[in-house]
Amino acid sequence: MTSPVHETVTTRLNPAIDPALHIWGWEITVYLFLGGLVAGLFILSALFELQKAKPSTSSGMRSVPLLALVLLSLGMGTLFLDLEYKAHVYRFYLAFRPSSPMSWGAWILLLVYPVGLLLWLGNLPAALQLPVLARPMAVAQRWRRPLLWLSVAMGVGLGLYTGLLLGTLSARIQWSSTVLGPLFLTSGISTGAALLLLLPLHADERKTLIRWDLVAIATELLLLALLLIGYASGSSAARMAGAVFMGGAWTASFWSLVVVVGLCVPLAMGLLEVRKHLPLIALTPVLVLIGGLSLRAILLASGQETGFRLLP
Amino acid sequence: MRNPRYVMLVDTRLCVGCKACVLACKSENNVPDGYCREWIVEDIWGEFPDLRAEIRSTRCNHCSNAPCVDACPTGASHFALGGVVLVDHDACTGCKACIASCPYDARYVHPDGYVDKCTFCLHRVARGELPACVTVCPTRTLHFGDANDPHSEVSALLRSREWKVDHPETGAEPNLYFLV
Repeated sequence: MTSPVHETVTTRLNPAIDPALHIWGWEITVYLFLGGLVAGLFILSALFELQKAKPSTSSGMRSVPLLALVLLSLGMGTLFLDLEYKAHVYRFYLAFRPSSPMSWGAWILLLVYPVGLLLWLGNLPAALQLPVLARPMAVAQRWRRPLLWLSVAMGVGLGLYTGLLLGTLSARIQWSSTVLGPLFLTSGISTGAALLLLLPLHADERKTLIRWDLVAIATELLLLALLLIGYASGSSAARMAGAVFMGGAWTASFWSLVVVVGLCVPLAMGLLEVRKHLPLIALTPVLVLIGGLSLRAILLASGQETGFRLLP
Repeated sequence: MRNPRYVMLVDTRLCVGCKACVLACKSENNVPDGYCREWIVEDIWGEFPDLRAEIRSTRCNHCSNAPCVDACPTGASHFALGGVVLVDHDACTGCKACIASCPYDARYVHPDGYVDKCTFCLHRVARGELPACVTVCPTRTLHFGDANDPHSEVSALLRSREWKVDHPETGAEPNLYFLV
C-alpha cells in the first residue's frame, strides 16, 4: 500500500539562508546571555540596596555596576561582530522604530552606561575616592534612590527585550511566543544572582541572594512549562515547533543542559544548602550560569529551524 | 487619485519552471553569483499513481502588513510606491532581523553587507515598464499591475480566476497571488 506524499522541490540556491535558515550564531547567543545577566545584576543589586536602605560595604556589591558595564560591552562587542554591515552600526541611533524590539534594545543599551557609571560612583571603594571625583560622587549620591529605581526599570526593560527580540519574530514559529520575554528576564535574574554569589560578599548578602536565586529558578521552570504547554496545545505549526524538544533533534540537549543541569540540580543543591545550613559551594551558581547560556544557545539555534517553509 | 497597490500574479497552470524569470532578474539587478532574488518551487502531492504537481515562480511577497518592516530597527526596510517593500542599502546594518521575520525566506545578505531581495523592479515600473521577470516569461505566467485599479489586467484576473496566497495564516497579507 502506498501512502500520500507531499514533496516540495525548490531550485533556489541562497547559501546564506538555505537550507537551514541559519542567520544568527554564537555571537547572538553570547549577547543574549550577557544582556540578560547584566539586566539581572542591575535589578538585584538595586533591589538589595533599596531593601536594606543603605549602600553595601562588600567589595563584590560595590564592583557590580562596573562589572555589569564590562560584561555588557563584551556582549555588545559580539553583537557588533554579527552585523553584516559593520560600518553602518551608527544607523541604529539615527532612528527609533517602536515596532522593532531591536530598536528599543539599542536605545536601552545606551541608557545603561550613564546609569551604571553613576551607580558605581555613588558607592566607590574608599581607595578610589579621589578628590577629582568629588563632584560626580556628590551628584551620584544625591540622586541615589531615583537611580536605584531607574536601575530596576532599566534592568527589566533590558531583560524583557532580549526575549521579545526573538518572541516577536513570528516567522520563526518556535520563537513566536511572548513567554520568551519573562523567561529570558527570569533567567537573567537567576544568572545575575549566580554571578553575584561568586563575588566576595558579606554572609547575609549571600544568604539572601541564594534564596532569591531559588525563587528565580523555580519561576523559570514554571515559565518553561508554560512555553511547552503553549506549543503542545497550539496550532499544527506550534506543535511542529515544540516537537524539537519533545522527541525531536533538540530533545537531549534541551532537557539535559537546560532543565536538569541548569535548573533542577542547582535548585536541589540550593534548597539543601538553605534548609540544612550547608556551606554554599561555587558549583551551584556555575551550573546556573551554564544553564542560562545553554537556554540561549539552544533556543537560538533550534528556533531558526522552524520556519513556515517547513509546513505544507 | 487612489494609491496604487502593486501585485504580481503567477499562473500555476502555465508555469513550466524554465527559470527565465530567475535569470532575467539576476541580469537586470546585478544579483551576485550564487544568489537569487526569485526561485522556482515544485510541489508534488497525492498518492501514487494519482500524483499532482504544481510549478510556481516565487519571490518576495511585498506584504501589506510586512513583518520585515516592523522588525527593522533602522527603517531601512520600508514601504515604497504601490506598497512595494524596499531595503534602503545605506540605512541597513545587516542585523538580519528582517530575514528572521520573513515567513517566505525571501531575503538574503548581499556580499556587500546589506540585506537584499526582490524590488518588483520598481526602477523599471517608475519608467512605465514591467518587471524584468514578467517581460521574459515565455508562457505568460506572470502578470504585474495595480490591484487598486479596477480596470487593470491583474484586477480582472483576480476577479475571474481562482487564486491562493502562500501561508495566509501568517497575517502578513502577501501581494503575490497564485492563479490555480
